[in-house]
Amino acid sequence: MESTYVDVDKNKFNHVGKNKDKMEVISRPSLNYWQDGWRRLKKNRIAFIGLIIIAIYIILAVFGPKMVSYDYTTTDASSTNLGISSKHWFGTDKLGRDMWVRVWMGARVSLTIGFTAAVINAFIGVLIGGISGYYSGIIDMLIMRIIDVLYGIPYIIVAILVMMVLGSGMKALIIAMVIVGWIGMARFIRGEVLRLKEQDFVLAAKLLGVSEFKIIYRHMIPNVIGLIITTLTMAVPGYIFSEAFLSYIGLGIQPPDCSWGSLAKIGAQTFRLYPYQLFIPAFFVCTTMLALNLLGDGLRDALDPKLRGQEK
Amino acid sequence: MKRLLEVDNLHFSFKTYGGEVKAVRGVTFYVDEGEVLGIVGESGCGKSVTAQCIMRLNPEPPGYFKQGSIKYKGTEITSLSKREIKKIRGSEIGMIFQDPMTSLNPTMKIGKQIEESVMNNMSVSRSEAKTRAVEMLKLVGISDAEKRYTQYPHEFSGGMKQRAMIAIAMACNPSLLIADEPTTSLDVTIEAQILDLMKELQLKFNTSIIMITHDLGVIASLCHRIIVMYGGMVVEQGDLHEIFYNPKHPYTWGLLKSVPTLNMDKKEQLIPIDGTPPDLFSPPIGCPFAARCEYAMEICYEQLPPEYEITVKHSTMCWLQHPNAPEVIWQETNEGAL
Amino acid sequence: MAKYLLRRLLISMLTILVLITAVWILVRFLPGDPFTSDKLSPEIKENMMRYYGFDKPLTTQYITYLKNLLHGDLGYSLNYKNLTVARILKDSFPYSADLGVRALLFAISTGLFLGIVAALNRSRFLDYFCIIIAIIGCSVPDFIIGSLLQYVFGVKLKLLPVAQWQGFKYTILPSIALGFYTLAYVSRVMRASMLEVVSQDYIKTASSKGLSDVQVVFKHQIRNAILPVITVLGPIVAAILTGTFVIESIYTIPGMGKYYVSGVQTLDYTLILGSTIFYGVLLVIANTMVDMAYGIIDPRIRVYKK
Repeated sequence: MESTYVDVDKNKFNHVGKNKDKMEVISRPSLNYWQDGWRRLKKNRIAFIGLIIIAIYIILAVFGPKMVSYDYTTTDASSTNLGISSKHWFGTDKLGRDMWVRVWMGARVSLTIGFTAAVINAFIGVLIGGISGYYSGIIDMLIMRIIDVLYGIPYIIVAILVMMVLGSGMKALIIAMVIVGWIGMARFIRGEVLRLKEQDFVLAAKLLGVSEFKIIYRHMIPNVIGLIITTLTMAVPGYIFSEAFLSYIGLGIQPPDCSWGSLAKIGAQTFRLYPYQLFIPAFFVCTTMLALNLLGDGLRDALDPKLRGQEK
Repeated sequence: MKRLLEVDNLHFSFKTYGGEVKAVRGVTFYVDEGEVLGIVGESGCGKSVTAQCIMRLNPEPPGYFKQGSIKYKGTEITSLSKREIKKIRGSEIGMIFQDPMTSLNPTMKIGKQIEESVMNNMSVSRSEAKTRAVEMLKLVGISDAEKRYTQYPHEFSGGMKQRAMIAIAMACNPSLLIADEPTTSLDVTIEAQILDLMKELQLKFNTSIIMITHDLGVIASLCHRIIVMYGGMVVEQGDLHEIFYNPKHPYTWGLLKSVPTLNMDKKEQLIPIDGTPPDLFSPPIGCPFAARCEYAMEICYEQLPPEYEITVKHSTMCWLQHPNAPEVIWQETNEGAL
Repeated sequence: MAKYLLRRLLISMLTILVLITAVWILVRFLPGDPFTSDKLSPEIKENMMRYYGFDKPLTTQYITYLKNLLHGDLGYSLNYKNLTVARILKDSFPYSADLGVRALLFAISTGLFLGIVAALNRSRFLDYFCIIIAIIGCSVPDFIIGSLLQYVFGVKLKLLPVAQWQGFKYTILPSIALGFYTLAYVSRVMRASMLEVVSQDYIKTASSKGLSDVQVVFKHQIRNAILPVITVLGPIVAAILTGTFVIESIYTIPGMGKYYVSGVQTLDYTLILGSTIFYGVLLVIANTMVDMAYGIIDPRIRVYKK
């Protein structure tokens, strides 16, 4: 404890008082939710790489087949089972079809199925879950009972049966995946809506006289939309996997049409001799799922409002 | 009266992605045997970090001791190894936290949580530990202790949970109890009960208590001495009477003035302190309170004031105490209300 | 608590009923009739139709089926003549169960271990290592892992057998292939859960008692972190079950999955119906058991406040 005299110029003791500028400290720039989310996502390099990979695959899916002169159905008995070469960038399969074209045609199918199924399921799920959670009461009880019962039904089993009834093809696959796939999302959204409804900021809005529509639109939706996008992104790998699985066991896409799953199936038959025929489509399935998982993880961290300002 | 704890010029910072957060910037105080020290301050002033420094509960990394010392019963805390500090925790120093809802393990019976501390710090048998646990529950005023011993936290009410926390902290009869805002999340009536309990235990076992709070009422009912913290520093410290009746720091004035009183006029407005606490990433160079201080002078923005002794037991860190500074007299508008 | 269990049981029974009905209806919609591929005379076809009851009105068929079901009669397989579906299931199920249980044990134990290790070594090498394994595991479909393992360990390195099920050595690759996804998933969930628990106040309380790191981790962290893992056990069992379809085909294991897949491919209706119902019931039971287990293990549900 110093009690010694500190020499200070007399002028320094002139009265200054409070300083309005330095009083309130805001140390971070104010960004809206999306700007902040995008900024945080960019910082997460791994997730960003995932995003780039998906983008590249989508571009290749659109333009890839046009980059070579072959068509995905043309067979060529003289060029069967050729390895990777400058003429056939991914080699050929057992019927002499060019693998590069087939992989990217397959990409179109697999990616479309994956994303479409995810989006449709998200849509249905949000609708049903949202209504159920928001309106509560009898509607909620009814919907929840139905969901409880349906939830126990194994998804793949139903998908297999539906596929058998509907035959093969992209539409059939999407329908099969959508019939029971929305349940998970509905449950999740309902849970979130219920949670949000109890939050004080909703109560505050109500007390201020904000209309119900505005409450849903400006308070609840922005809080769930981040979660919806994240869940959607993380669901896509599941659908891509399901498509691969169903095609692999013989349902789903039939030759000469191709999807990554059906290519894997064909490749599996000959893979001991020609492993590339399995591993090339397998590689793309895996990297796509990987990229989507990483992106989903990153999105979840970037779009979680509770984590704002807490980056590592 | 022996000196139990001595904190000398403590500087503690956290390394973060944005730089160094200087949470504690030169804190000096002491606690004697058997006394209750109150630490008052707004959120973010560094009081919790300081308290957790005493038990080395701050995560290190990213936290680290920049400077200064903490001596407990003569032992230097800042240089102890992990193993050595664990011997002190629980047996010598106990701590209770703010939110009893989340401070208890939800999947473990209450009795076991108390027993755990006993078994770990005292070499007794299982059954002796159990007896002690039940004893503690009775001591903190939980009725039907034998039954409560077998119950889980979610079966206790908020006040009871906090009592259980106290039981856990006091189970091994520590010499020092650190209470970090123990009543902030409780109802006023429950708060009164808990404070009474703490007073009772303090007298019975001659435990020293460090009571951290932002509530002056709590301070007044329990503490012998007080330190006022702001911006990571101690701006004023003294015994109870001095601080309430002869405060010398503008921040302390602000705190005392902002408390509503029973004999206020209905139309009187409450007097808050304008502004927010400083950003500890880049704390101001001079006195941390200058920007919010009505009486700030040029020197306040430029240099940290030294500590001035007012009486033997009362000191403050403020340029107003300099002989060249104008005299400011504290109006006693809250006489008797607290 | 009892109310909770009872409710779960009722819902699961209802689910099973809905499942059986839905499957039965769907199977009736399958294209073609079961005997088109056979070169049989029309009279024999008619006889077989009558025997299987295809000539009666739908509702009667349904009720007959349910009645038979309660007696354990699932009809005869259309493809594997002279074998009842029940017999096929009974013979092949033990193999699948064996494979499934091994995969499950492997996946859960290793997954928990990796998750815990990752969380305790946050942001250090071990953490990244475990995260990478987890993400790879979640991104690679099991049939690809199955084929890959076969290729690397069976064909190239010739270390382990790649077909059939005749001893412990045979079980290694299929179990790993089947359990890999689950391993990855469990480790991710456990890691996230451990990290969430470590930021909870009661961990600070535990530290303040002077407990050793080991005690804090085991008695406080893991105990609480493991709860979310139990909730995902249901979907995990489902994933392992559906995984058997493919793994058994790749590794030529005579389990239920192989028969199911071949039934699907040969339009063996009774077999499809029977196995689907069997799988469905199995999963519903598994899910119910997991739900009930969670209710028992988490004291907040088990012990109601009076």
